[in-house]
Amino acid sequence: MPTGDQKELYLLRRRPAYEKFVDSSFRNITISMASMVALILIAILIVVFWGSIESMGRYGLKFLVTSNWNPVDNEYGIATAIYGTAITSFLSLLIAIPLGIGTAIFITENFVPKRIRDIIGILVELLAAIPSVVLGLWAIFVMEPFLRPLLTILYNSLGWIPFFSSQPMGPGITPAILILVVMILPIITAISRDSLNQVPISLREAAYGVGATRWRAIIDVILPAAVSGIAGGVLLALGRAMGETMAVTMIIGNSNNFSWSLLGPGNTIAAMLANQFGEADGSQVSSLYYAAFVLMVLTLVVNIISQLMVKRLSLKY
Amino acid sequence: MKPTLSLKSQRTAADLCYNPGHSRNIFNRFLTLIAGVFSLIAVIPLVLVLSYVIIKGVSRVNLALFTQLPPAPGLEGGGIGNAILGTFIVTIIATLIAIPVGVGGGIYLAEYAREGSFSRFIRFGTNVLAGVPSIITGVFVYNIIVSTRLIIGSSYSAIAGGMALSILMLPTVIKTTDEGLKLVSDNLRKGSLGVGASKFVTITQITLPMAFAPIATGVILSISRAAGETAPLIFTALFSYYWPSGTNSLFDPIATLSVLIYNFSIEPYEVQNELAWAASFILVVFILAMNIFSRWLGRLASK
Amino acid sequence: MASTPSTSRQHLASDICISLDNVTINYNNLAAVRNVYCDIPSGKVTALIGPSGCGKSTILRSLNRMNDLIDGCSLSGRVLFDGANLYDPMIDPVEVRRRIGMVFQQPNPFPKSIFENIAFGARINGYKGDMNELVERSLRQAAVWDECKDKLNKSGCSLSGGQQQRLCIARTIATEPEVILMDEPCSALDPISTLKIEETMHELKKKFTIIIVTHNMQQAVRVSDFTAFFNAKALEEGTGKVGYLVEFNETEKIFHAPVQKATQDYISGRFG
Repeated sequence: MPTGDQKELYLLRRRPAYEKFVDSSFRNITISMASMVALILIAILIVVFWGSIESMGRYGLKFLVTSNWNPVDNEYGIATAIYGTAITSFLSLLIAIPLGIGTAIFITENFVPKRIRDIIGILVELLAAIPSVVLGLWAIFVMEPFLRPLLTILYNSLGWIPFFSSQPMGPGITPAILILVVMILPIITAISRDSLNQVPISLREAAYGVGATRWRAIIDVILPAAVSGIAGGVLLALGRAMGETMAVTMIIGNSNNFSWSLLGPGNTIAAMLANQFGEADGSQVSSLYYAAFVLMVLTLVVNIISQLMVKRLSLKY
Repeated sequence: MKPTLSLKSQRTAADLCYNPGHSRNIFNRFLTLIAGVFSLIAVIPLVLVLSYVIIKGVSRVNLALFTQLPPAPGLEGGGIGNAILGTFIVTIIATLIAIPVGVGGGIYLAEYAREGSFSRFIRFGTNVLAGVPSIITGVFVYNIIVSTRLIIGSSYSAIAGGMALSILMLPTVIKTTDEGLKLVSDNLRKGSLGVGASKFVTITQITLPMAFAPIATGVILSISRAAGETAPLIFTALFSYYWPSGTNSLFDPIATLSVLIYNFSIEPYEVQNELAWAASFILVVFILAMNIFSRWLGRLASK
Repeated sequence: MASTPSTSRQHLASDICISLDNVTINYNNLAAVRNVYCDIPSGKVTALIGPSGCGKSTILRSLNRMNDLIDGCSLSGRVLFDGANLYDPMIDPVEVRRRIGMVFQQPNPFPKSIFENIAFGARINGYKGDMNELVERSLRQAAVWDECKDKLNKSGCSLSGGQQQRLCIARTIATEPEVILMDEPCSALDPISTLKIEETMHELKKKFTIIIVTHNMQQAVRVSDFTAFFNAKALEEGTGKVGYLVEFNETEKIFHAPVQKATQDYISGRFG
């Protein structure tokens, strides 16, 4: 036991009330900060849903399958934008998946010296840092003019197919798809690379040990072991592609007239919001909220599935 | 010895040599070539975009670009000074909101939360929020702040823009704080609690400083991403052809580089298009610098 | 060089399977093991023993070019197998691994069914026979058939550690190699599983040349015909250690009449 003198040296042996107060209020503050995330997420859902009630009541599910967008007659349907969202995200994924996974394999295997692999990895990551609006600018002034003659050839030779049935005149769905590829490629590459790196080295040794060639090992052993992570990354990219706004808005042409053609202008839900939300009034506003709600639900579903898939991967290894 | 198999008997020493004509070796070379070409294709867009931004942007860089306002349509000259300033203002507002909330939330997840449904929900929500399209964030902030004139009666404002951006930054800040704090050794935490330090003291004086570098890396990365965002700003911060003036300017519409690029890219005037390229150049330089800085900080942290 | 093994090389040269000729292995230009001369006899079990860090696993992995997977690992000298230098630029490492199989320290079954674990290697080696028969025979040889026969479609990862390791042995046998390398195959296993694997090895040595790395001297005595003792010494340059071969002889002689003092010290437990 300390003597009386020593006791006085430790004035704070008993915690004063204010210290306890600081301690508990700090904890409460962090809890409320964490709750903000949930609050914001729920508020976003409520706000978007609330805004769309009027339009939902008036058009119901017909809204999703009709392609009229006519503020003058108060006729609204977003089939054009849904088709645009679906076709741009689907086709951009179709292109970006092999590119992204191929790149990921190239930079996780030792085909070239590590320095070069690291540089490729960093360059792809930096690509993700380029703002979407800058890519849109580049698409308008560089990519689309370059692409147009090529697309015109496509139109002239394959114009009888509905997907190529309109003359490329400028902004359109195809350039939008290509700019989306540029935007989602880094996501797929980065997540595939992480998933491939997580495959235990022992599995690779096992494949080589029974005499597998490098690509036999990659195809039959390494990729299957990484597949759920890669699939999660692909879904994450799909969510991004569906919700991507600026670059697409700038290059897709923002046409509400439905057409199957990929060479002509089209629209996506996100582009429609960017274009019209600021200036809309009356029942158009509610219809835009309805469109936003549809987009929100679609991305939410895709994101949640991708979360679950990535989580399953981390449980496995 | 092995009557059932004929594999071994066919082998001779020459078989050990690499046979380039063997189908599996052709297959291997073919796939390697494909993977290499794909990597090349993956790198090309960055090179192309960067070189155009530099070529078209640099030629327009001069002092006036930083000090003057955008010209009226049809006029020559001018600059993007107000947009540069505006991007800084809006990004700073976003950072000032996102850092306390995000770091606070991250501290809760890493230091306080037990494995329960609440913390799982927050982690899940953080990931989901990260996936919400940025344009929807704009719609959301427009609805609760701009159209209701919630903040001292102003509609479109720098503050509304900053709030929209902060929602985008929030998930990244939370996640990096959470992960950064988890990297701190538990022994350190036990040591601090063991000498009778309170949880508050332990976190603010031991664990948080230890996790500073990874958290800063994530925060800088999220700032650089926010600075380039456009969609949440077009109907929150809107745009302005004038300089922000005084404290009131926080409650007025404000120009930003990203919205300027968007607006000017679709105008039919050469002068505006050139300004859009110059703005892209400045934005990209700023963002890449932040990116490289955060990378450097991250490498410093891992040492 | 001081590390030249004391045993005369001719003495063992009757039927050589793999011959190491002045092998030095570097990681990033730092020598891990240096100047190894060793003739490994055919149709026998050879054990590589020694303290940790002596390079015995590195030597083993060099025999089927497994070290190729490690960045910055390089080998000088010659590894002769079947009349060819395995490190000749003309050599295809994939061919080498098909003829010199390997069992690893940690059981590493593919995350596929038990059947597929066996069939995978055989198939890529161009096996055209009856796969069911091969799977059964391999599993029997590895003494794991009884535990597996009712769940051939279950994942290989669902087995216990010892069963997984025997599955990995079966997988290696199924590719019909001439040599099987085993890198501390029992270090992750319990004593009963270890015993079963040792019994399996007694069966296997009738058909294959086996080279096993072990840190368990009793195991070396129990399973091997020949033993190579590796040791590590401080580098002359001052940093780190480098492994070298001290003595290579019949297991009997190594453990009862070692020539080198270091061997004597090691087997009597005085260090390592």
